Amino acid sequence: MNELVFFINNVIITGSVSGSIYAIGAVGVTLVFSIMRFAHFAHADMMTFGAFMVLLLTLAFPGAGGAVGLPTAVVMLPLAILLTAALAVGIDRAFYKPLRAHGVKPIVMVIASLGVTLMLQGLIRLFAGTGGQRLYIDDRKEIFRLALPFEGARAPIVVTEPQIILFILTIVCVVSLHLFLSRSRLGKAMRAMSDNPDLARASGINTNLIVAVTWMIAGGLAAIAGTLLSLDVTFKPDLSFFLLLPIFAAAIVGGVGHPYGAIAGGFVVGFAETLAVFNWGVLLRPFRDSLPEWLAQAGSLSFVGTEYKIVVPFVLLVAILVWRPTGLFKGKVIT
Amino acid sequence: MASMIDVRHVHKAFGGLKVIDDCSIAVEQGSITGLIGPNGAGKSTLFNIIAGALPLDSGQVLLDGEDITNRPANELFHKGLLRTFQIAHEFHQLTALENLMMVPPAQAGENLFDAWLKPGRVRAQEAEVRRKALEVIDFIGLYHVRNELAGNLSGGQKKLLELGRSMMTDARVVLLDEIAAGVNRTLLGDLVANIERLNREMGYTFLVIEHDMDMIARLCDPVIVLAQGRVMVQGSIEEIQNDPAVIEAYFGSNVA
Repeated sequence: MNELVFFINNVIITGSVSGSIYAIGAVGVTLVFSIMRFAHFAHADMMTFGAFMVLLLTLAFPGAGGAVGLPTAVVMLPLAILLTAALAVGIDRAFYKPLRAHGVKPIVMVIASLGVTLMLQGLIRLFAGTGGQRLYIDDRKEIFRLALPFEGARAPIVVTEPQIILFILTIVCVVSLHLFLSRSRLGKAMRAMSDNPDLARASGINTNLIVAVTWMIAGGLAAIAGTLLSLDVTFKPDLSFFLLLPIFAAAIVGGVGHPYGAIAGGFVVGFAETLAVFNWGVLLRPFRDSLPEWLAQAGSLSFVGTEYKIVVPFVLLVAILVWRPTGLFKGKVIT
Repeated sequence: MASMIDVRHVHKAFGGLKVIDDCSIAVEQGSITGLIGPNGAGKSTLFNIIAGALPLDSGQVLLDGEDITNRPANELFHKGLLRTFQIAHEFHQLTALENLMMVPPAQAGENLFDAWLKPGRVRAQEAEVRRKALEVIDFIGLYHVRNELAGNLSGGQKKLLELGRSMMTDARVVLLDEIAAGVNRTLLGDLVANIERLNREMGYTFLVIEHDMDMIARLCDPVIVLAQGRVMVQGSIEEIQNDPAVIEAYFGSNVA
């Protein structure tokens, strides 16, 4: 029984946490791709920026969360979402729009976004320093231990407050994104533009507005994912390096330009990571007596060591590109 | 009569290639003006410039007296200038009906806030748009495929959808880029009849690029002949057909 709890804590919960964060990030990447047709490498840094804004706001008003019974960082999140959305639109106006006006090839945009990555990281380092910082400043991270009502289950299921908030916000994001894309006029215009920008313009759709809205959504989602990740662990200026690859892997696994695919891809990558580093020996322990000796005495039965976790999305990415180049769902346009 | 579209001394070069070279044309209000010329004459480029899809190098484009030089296509759409594409464009992930429903301008839901603040109005308008789209799709003879994804339609059906799109809104000028190419003869008859009806009853002005001379002869007056980026001749179809310079440009000097 304790082994099962161990599995839930280390695979189900951990996998859902990274899956949610990758999913929210990958949706932004995929939306930007489907509207502007380039891979936006600075996306993970917009996540860091969002978390950084939360850090600044939390430092400025450390007591604000206590008044409503939530962590201050979460209370500051809506403001950070707005700021990051504004940053995304601003970056587009300053760097990407002039390039688009010249009709450059997508690869030029990709390189430009790498430049933006370095610039954002530099800026964040300049103000936040290079070390890790906790987003819990005046409050304490709540940890919930749920004891299982079974005989012999001594270890509880452990889930933290930011993890619960993350799960709730992920569901809210996914549902509202779905409603936005399928119901609202603007969402439909967005789908139309991702399908055929020339025709969209000739049908009277203001494509500049669509581009701006896309950046706002991408920026807002990035702020949510970045903040919740920083809450779960700590805020670091180079957070993006650990996020960039899994997020792009998730977007590609799901089918680039496919928001629902990106969500699925996020969870696939998240669970692949946790399942790969999980010590399967733990689950075999109850059957120790009936197993062959070599298996019973193996110390760790994980696929790869924890230090190689970052390799997993890579392997998954290569596998998907070889066997299903368009992703699990067929990608390219928002459907 | 007043000019609906006035193109004045427009130049456009791609690299060193002068595609449009000091071209001036006028499309009169209420006319169906044909634009013909050999391949590479600059017809589609001129179209794209008028429709706001290509920036011009120098010159001026007027719509009903208003300067629309280098305005984006979506703005021109709301001023009543519509275009179809030579290679039919469609939102291929939307159904034929939804394609038409994408079109109408000034829908309440277009504005970010109206959709939330006035859901009732948006819904009423959506219903109205849907009714109109059904009417149009019946008119262009695609009613039976209205719920098919537009990407799965045949080339000719996509062309009809292009014309249908221009019927969804109150246009002033419609630019038709080879609307007849790939459409079968019987369908073509309907198409011509529809264009004439829109012109007569709704007062649409048309500028038509066409390679099909029968269709030009039935539909267009006047006809403008473009060659090497400038106007060669302009006149009625009889005048054009008997003009030696046009015959030479089209068929080479040893014919006729």
